Amino acid sequence: MMQTWADWALNTAQRRGASYADVRVMDIRQRDLSTKNGEVGTILEAETLGIGIRVVANGAWGFASTDRLTREGVEACAAEAVAIAKASSLAKRENVSLAPEKAYVDTWQNPFLKDPFKIPVERQIDLLLAADKEMRGVKGVTIAEGMMSFKRIEQLFVSSIGSQIHQVKMHSGAGIVATTFAESEIQKRSYPNSFGGQHALQGYELVEALDLVGHAQRTAEEAVELHHALQCPEGTSTIILGGSQLGLQIHESVGHPIELDRVLGQEANFAGMSFLTTEKLRKLKYGSDMVNIVADARLEHGSGLGTFAYDDEGVPAQCIPIITNGLFTGYLSNRELASSIGETRSNGTMRTESWNRLPMVRMTNISINPGEWKYDDLIADTDDAILMETNRSWSIDDRRYQFQFSTEIGWEIKGGKKGRMIKNPSYSGITTEFWNSCDAICSREHWTLWGTPNCGKGQPMQTMGTGHGASPSRFRNVRVGVAFSK
Amino acid sequence: MTPVKNKSQVTRRTAANHHEAGRFTVAEMENLAERLLKLSDADETEVEIDLSVDALTRFANNTIHQNVAEHTLGISVRVVLDGRTARATTNKTDDDSLRRVIAAASRLARNEPKSPDLLPLLKKQTYKKVNHFMKATAEATPEDRARAVARICKFADKEKQTAAGIFATGYDRSLLANSKGLFARHDHTEAQFSITILEPNSSGWAKSSFADISDIDPDALAASASHKAATSRNPRELKPGHYTAILEPSATLDFVGSLFYDFSATAVHDKRSCLNDRMGRKVFGENITLWDDVYHPLQIGPEYDGEGLPRQRVLLVERGVPQNLVYSRASAKKMKTKPTGHGFTLPNEHGEAPINLVFAGGDKSVAEMIASTERGVLVTRLWYIREVDPYEKTITGMTRDGSFLIEDGKIAGGIRNFRFNQSIIAALCNVELMGPSVRAAGEESFEMVVPAMKIRDFHFTEVTKF
Repeated sequence: MMQTWADWALNTAQRRGASYADVRVMDIRQRDLSTKNGEVGTILEAETLGIGIRVVANGAWGFASTDRLTREGVEACAAEAVAIAKASSLAKRENVSLAPEKAYVDTWQNPFLKDPFKIPVERQIDLLLAADKEMRGVKGVTIAEGMMSFKRIEQLFVSSIGSQIHQVKMHSGAGIVATTFAESEIQKRSYPNSFGGQHALQGYELVEALDLVGHAQRTAEEAVELHHALQCPEGTSTIILGGSQLGLQIHESVGHPIELDRVLGQEANFAGMSFLTTEKLRKLKYGSDMVNIVADARLEHGSGLGTFAYDDEGVPAQCIPIITNGLFTGYLSNRELASSIGETRSNGTMRTESWNRLPMVRMTNISINPGEWKYDDLIADTDDAILMETNRSWSIDDRRYQFQFSTEIGWEIKGGKKGRMIKNPSYSGITTEFWNSCDAICSREHWTLWGTPNCGKGQPMQTMGTGHGASPSRFRNVRVGVAFSK
Repeated sequence: MTPVKNKSQVTRRTAANHHEAGRFTVAEMENLAERLLKLSDADETEVEIDLSVDALTRFANNTIHQNVAEHTLGISVRVVLDGRTARATTNKTDDDSLRRVIAAASRLARNEPKSPDLLPLLKKQTYKKVNHFMKATAEATPEDRARAVARICKFADKEKQTAAGIFATGYDRSLLANSKGLFARHDHTEAQFSITILEPNSSGWAKSSFADISDIDPDALAASASHKAATSRNPRELKPGHYTAILEPSATLDFVGSLFYDFSATAVHDKRSCLNDRMGRKVFGENITLWDDVYHPLQIGPEYDGEGLPRQRVLLVERGVPQNLVYSRASAKKMKTKPTGHGFTLPNEHGEAPINLVFAGGDKSVAEMIASTERGVLVTRLWYIREVDPYEKTITGMTRDGSFLIEDGKIAGGIRNFRFNQSIIAALCNVELMGPSVRAAGEESFEMVVPAMKIRDFHFTEVTKF
């Protein structure tokens, strides 16, 4: 039926005067499970099916969506999209123009080993409760939590230039958290990452590989130990960031500023703009010579939350050099905006959360290429630093210059050795100064493609999953401890 | 500089949205709920049906670049089976899909352990009537929004400024029913207008959100944002430090917004609230009084909670002393008290929260606050707020789109945006003056009724480049 609905929409849009139209039919299935202190919290299965129709008419954009998938409902929705486009033209400065793109007829599904929806819910809950029990076995833990989420997205993209692209994506994610309250202080530790754990375009094999139960006790013990740890000093220091924290640093201080819609002012009212104005392309020294960052949506980069075969505008997945030997070399673009930076083709980063949302420029997998350092060698090479791991809070200004991050845990590095635990670690800085202070990046064996499932952008708000490959890295002369300064 | 809210020039239409004409009526939604309840053979069944029609016109660079509409129907079913409960949702309304959503919820419930805190579903309840549905908002058309935006874009062109923002309208009809005879329905509309006006090195912002589109004045909001952009040109860089800060209502909203979940009984029981060991003690300043009140004329939320229990007006803080928490039925049982009608949809691990907050305000205008300040900072809007210390309730974030230095009781010009690291508790001990409480809209928190606040010793820790 997906093809039939899409055809009804496309035909009606064109008949009503659309000069261009594309249609996404999306069928999304989701399972969310959580546990807290030995009990089941969320236990939910959700499905949603609908159609989103984007058109250009009178040289302006219109979009409408519906889950009323009768012929009458779909055709009314397509007519509404055209009517909205015509209303948009009341405040039009110039006609929408799209960079050329070939028509593709293709089908694709990300590889996975175990369908998480075929794993009994009971087994999934038992695993979370087993990890929960391990965490609560550690004296001092006040809240033990675990979560799993799975999503299957089936979508058909059809456009008036002749594309018909069928894709199926399977997301899996899981994690655990131990929280402790003692002596007027709340601390927490998460595994393998905060804010829901690790997420990837994989099946249930991801959850099994995480070994949540095996890591639960240590996670809880660290949460308790933090209450007796050294407070993060305030001043300037060398820092080493763990891979997941560096992944979020990339997300906030590289991934968002390279979104071309943001650069050109389309997000000025909400998500903000970018310091990376277009004259900086291929001129700005973004980072030190060893910093190489790519935006890579291709499967060969890994099964990340930003992996696909085609974007939601029908453009094939690509690898875009964003920072090359420290030089700023690329933006994330789409068919409408590519020409504004002198490109003749979109680099394929239009993504949508669901059938009822308009695709927009989005991060794919924004990853730093691995360096040469073995992790132990990096520690041994560091005389005086703070090692920071697992994000606790993150904030950056609306042009992505000034940031502040804090992590769940830190350790002193003294004389090449990991020393005392540090609580409430935080660091802050200016994006380009920070990336130019990078002097060591760990090698491929320490590199992980982390998943960020909760990236918000757009009005109406859309939440998108993005991928960030990173390995532990060292930065010099970074301001630390400001978050807790008095 | 708070935008004045006058009646809008937006035209009203009597013709119903053509899409809605073929959509579910109230009677059809009720029939759908009855069908679901009949199809279920669970011990108890709860059904929630949400119909929403939303449209949003987005503009930037003085032109409309995005114009969208969505029509969605959500069906959510919770079953109770032998002391277990689970939920499944769909947006498909054919009989097979309805049977499948019930079966999915039942399968989930059968495969989980019994829940010791699970209570029987509520019987029929009586609700105090609220009216949050405004016909003019529900019937606004793309042309209505586009005309207003076109006018704003022309205004920005004339001022040699650049405008970006949204004009959104929509309505939501929500129905909650269960197999014990409970039936609740809430209809509400919402219109939002938000605008950022940009100059080469400055910006200004304003936003309104109301149930009634007639309460939104896009031209006045644009004029306010334009004025802020113009008066903050060539911002100077101030040294970070402790300043007297005047937070306009939107900034107050986003600053105090992080506090709402701390009043959840479950959060206190879990020892993750900043009110652990602080209830009944003087925590905030004498001038801080706060309620949760869905019946306040500026609130637009439903009069019942996720289980269908009527929401109560709850005094949370009186003259600086936290007095009460809010309770779901389960947390009330656990903590041996009565529920307040603030529970989330079950099953969940979070319990409840107050989501219709109303701060007691004062009688000072922002202009009077500025006039009374020897040296300070006026803040229009805050951005990217995140929690740094959950017990001291220290949060970080940035100022944005209109930050000004105040010297000798006057605006002395724009300043580069600051990062702050500030305890909400400490700040609410330092409130020197407050304005009248208004329905404020921001981007970091849901809408609340809050005043502008003049706060001494606000800690700005770093400064950015613009």
